[in-house]
Amino acid sequence: MSTTPPAPEPQAVIDAEMAEIRAEAEKARADGGPEELQPRRDYPPYRSSLLRHPKRPLVAAPEAFTELRGPVFGVTDVTDLDGDLTRQHHGEPLGERIVVTGRVLDREGRPVRGQLVEIWQANAAGRYAHKRDQHPAPLDPNFTGTGRCLTDDEGRYTFTSIKPGAYPWRNHLNAWRPAHIHFSLFGTAFTQRLVTQMYFPNDPLFPYDPIFNSITDERARQRLIATYDHDLSSPEWSLGYRWDIVLDGPSATWMEEGR
Amino acid sequence: MREPTPSQTVGPFFGYALPFADGGDLVPPGHPGAITMHGVVHDGAGRPIPDALLEFWQADPAGGLDGAPDSMRRDPVTGTFAGRSGVGFTGFGRVATDADGHWTLRTLPPGPAAPGALPYISVCVFARGLLHHLYTRVYLEDGPGDPLLDSLDADRRATLIARPEPHATYRFDVHLQGSEETVFLEFG
Repeated sequence: MSTTPPAPEPQAVIDAEMAEIRAEAEKARADGGPEELQPRRDYPPYRSSLLRHPKRPLVAAPEAFTELRGPVFGVTDVTDLDGDLTRQHHGEPLGERIVVTGRVLDREGRPVRGQLVEIWQANAAGRYAHKRDQHPAPLDPNFTGTGRCLTDDEGRYTFTSIKPGAYPWRNHLNAWRPAHIHFSLFGTAFTQRLVTQMYFPNDPLFPYDPIFNSITDERARQRLIATYDHDLSSPEWSLGYRWDIVLDGPSATWMEEGR
Repeated sequence: MREPTPSQTVGPFFGYALPFADGGDLVPPGHPGAITMHGVVHDGAGRPIPDALLEFWQADPAGGLDGAPDSMRRDPVTGTFAGRSGVGFTGFGRVATDADGHWTLRTLPPGPAAPGALPYISVCVFARGLLHHLYTRVYLEDGPGDPLLDSLDADRRATLIARPEPHATYRFDVHLQGSEETVFLEFG
């Protein structure tokens, strides 16, 4: 028996759902509820989340010797060129050359030193160098879109890349993702693990995107948007963006000092 | 306290960025002390998830939690992954699920991370559709005195215990949702 896939829903359906959830979240907050610092795992406007989130509450781990430590990385895990996504092929990639830099901190503001930062992103036309991305935009033979580096003693990371394009996806009809760079970060504890997405300022697609809006709190959403920093721009070369990252979750040092 | 940077889903296209050579092989093939851990990640309809990413962090067999670099050893000539040196034990693994939702990890059995504690491997689950990663644990065997396991009823407890199979192999399925939903953890 063949089944016809349901017709994709229009943006207006997703918009109405997002507005309803946001209004309910704002009311809960106004009534004294906790600030929602993280996205909701159960966020129906992002259709893929429906069957991929637990329905039972998380269980508080009574002790966590293993999780309060974490994997370590070193100079053998990263080469010097891994932080420059524009120099991985013979030619220059197409697009707007950018430098993205910032500091990785824990919740107490201490730098996360010598830890691994990994990024991946679409090319300037909004296409990933991934076989499953069949969006009809050109691949760039001079751009793969993956990078990594270790943070320095101040917790600083720096990548040179090109600005990724927006791209369509199939959550609903005419769904487009705002331009973003995927980030993966490690802290000193496995509990601080973070995978997220960095966005660019003033993107007109923000109000339409259910992944971005799965974070119901406006101030929390703003924490995913980099700042254009003219001092980081280089004359006749690249535009600069700054984005500091704060890792959630306890670490061993925090727990020891807190006792 | 600074407010944290929120999470976002790993999305569908991490496969050319995050997995690395030997990601699921914490020990060289044929290592005499190795165990194999494997299973399937399921969604709430019981279907396998072909685009999940699992990370593993564990103590070494003596219970040590210092880890070691070298998980993602790079070849400085070609810029590609060179594979682990196989000398130290990094304690870290990363595996993307196959098209059938299946994953495999070859590692050493973790020791107790504290005196008398039941050994376990910490697992962090990422997937398209999952907006914020999830933590769970694989206990290699059940036993008394573990404060987390003892806080759970029998059905829930069972979701954290690997099932032994022949040849030093263990089965551990992850259910993101549904009647067999895995116990997921928070740390505070």
